[in-house]
Amino acid sequence: MMPVTWVLLLSAFLFSVGVYGVLARRNAVLILMSIEVMLTAVNINLVAFNAMLKDVEMMGQIFALFIITIAAAEIGVGLAIVILIYRNRTTVTVDEVSLMKW
Amino acid sequence: MHQYVFVVIGVLMAIAAVRLVTTKNVVHGALYLLMVLAGAAAIFILLLAEFVGWVQVLLYIGAVVVLLLFGLMLTRAPIGRTALDNQSRALAALVAGAIFAMTSMVLVRAFDGQMIDFSQTLTVRTLGGVLFTKYVLPFEVVSVLLLAALVGAVVLAKRDE
Repeated sequence: MMPVTWVLLLSAFLFSVGVYGVLARRNAVLILMSIEVMLTAVNINLVAFNAMLKDVEMMGQIFALFIITIAAAEIGVGLAIVILIYRNRTTVTVDEVSLMKW
Repeated sequence: MHQYVFVVIGVLMAIAAVRLVTTKNVVHGALYLLMVLAGAAAIFILLLAEFVGWVQVLLYIGAVVVLLLFGLMLTRAPIGRTALDNQSRALAALVAGAIFAMTSMVLVRAFDGQMIDFSQTLTVRTLGGVLFTKYVLPFEVVSVLLLAALVGAVVLAKRDE
């Protein structure tokens, strides 16, 4: 037996670290990495709730599986966009890619 | 026993995550991300989700980290703090700290005293059964989404003739 709050606090910490990474980093690939950390934090929460509620339908684990799949799709498309930006602008610094910013 | 394993993995993950967002070298950042994801896989297995844990190892550690390392190598990111971080670091830390304080307060209030029972059995057999009966439509939709992402990534990264 283990209090579920320990797991929840860990995932809340990981999520906030991911938020910091997204806000403070300039390199687009590092921002993608921080997004992965945030998604992992969410998955930990879902799996912990699945174990806590003893769900026989395994809703939490199935949702975590879907999130992992969609994260893989997201990282593929995201990196393709980053490489395209690098090819056109020779930089992946998000501050310098502001053409469509108001 | 489970508690001690969890605390050790959790502390390692927290340190790796903090190093990931503060490191000056992008390749080190990718390796710290690897550590966070491997720790998450270990926690999934600890929390009776073996299948999700191994999918995490295969998909994240096997594919996503390698893809990110390729991205880093192909884009030749500069090394150094000023090149990697922007000027609003303090503001970002404030926002992240506020999010952590708020979510942890709410979560502790809502779920204080609830326990995870490690003696239950959640088998891969039931997971597969539910996935291919009740959730078969979302499963198929996700496979179409993956195909669309694959085609999209190829089209984006292809050189124009």
